[in-house]
Amino acid sequence: MLSIDRSIVDAIVAHARRDHPDEACGVVAGPAGSDTPTRHIAMDNAARSMTFYEFDSMEQLRVWREMDDRDEEPVVIYHSHTATEAYPSRTDISFAGEPGAHYLLVSTREPDSEEIRSFRIVDGVVTEEPVRIVDAGVDPHAVQSYMFGQSPATVDYECSGR
Amino acid sequence: MAIEVRIPTILRSYTGGAKVVEGTGDTLGDLLTDLDSRHGGLKGRLVTDAGALHRFVNVYVNDEDVRFLGALDAKLNDGDSVTILPAVAGGAFGFAAAAAISQHRAATAAVAGGVRGTSSVAAR
Repeated sequence: MLSIDRSIVDAIVAHARRDHPDEACGVVAGPAGSDTPTRHIAMDNAARSMTFYEFDSMEQLRVWREMDDRDEEPVVIYHSHTATEAYPSRTDISFAGEPGAHYLLVSTREPDSEEIRSFRIVDGVVTEEPVRIVDAGVDPHAVQSYMFGQSPATVDYECSGR
Repeated sequence: MAIEVRIPTILRSYTGGAKVVEGTGDTLGDLLTDLDSRHGGLKGRLVTDAGALHRFVNVYVNDEDVRFLGALDAKLNDGDSVTILPAVAGGAFGFAAAAAISQHRAATAAVAGGVRGTSSVAAR
């Protein structure tokens, strides 16, 4: 299960929309061992492609060193698919080199709803996991869970009586 | 001469969990051979059967991507720091196409080698 603050998800979706139709990519860092994503870092897609993404190697070195200095690790590694579903491609699986990370995929193929899904990818094996979006600033009990590609726009928000 | 090497999480199974190890070598290739003598299998995760640096990893000498320093022929000096990171890449594209792009990049980088400062742009 990935628990992630709504403001971070919103920032990721905004990044994916901004770069559409090219794929967008980035990281959410968090304190080492916490499994809690806290710091969103939008990365350049050095490939600038609609079907491929790649971190710029020098930007990656800088960001990874910064995480190291702050005792953080890449809790979430995200990218968008802009014409296909939010499911890891064979390319994604081949490259997945952070066994501790949640691989978050956002599909922007629909113009007014996003598909957000999260996966563990370890030794070539893909395991989907639920995404729990937390409204930290609003109400600690106001929580939505999404699984298996439901779009946030289609889920009733039961705690929203305000 | 001693060179400090930073090992990413995914490869620490080869170093007994160590985040930093030390090795020696005049070039990156020599260093990896030296490391492999104590951390068996590590080199095989970084270098392909054809003897090229694997596309799934980034290797840096101090602050430079070794793809622009001659890859495995990159020269090393005492006190250098080598950092290994998993390359972060992927996308909706098929694997064969991604591999082709990667090989093209490596070839371009080899040609651009020595054109420091502009090489990271030119190679893409």
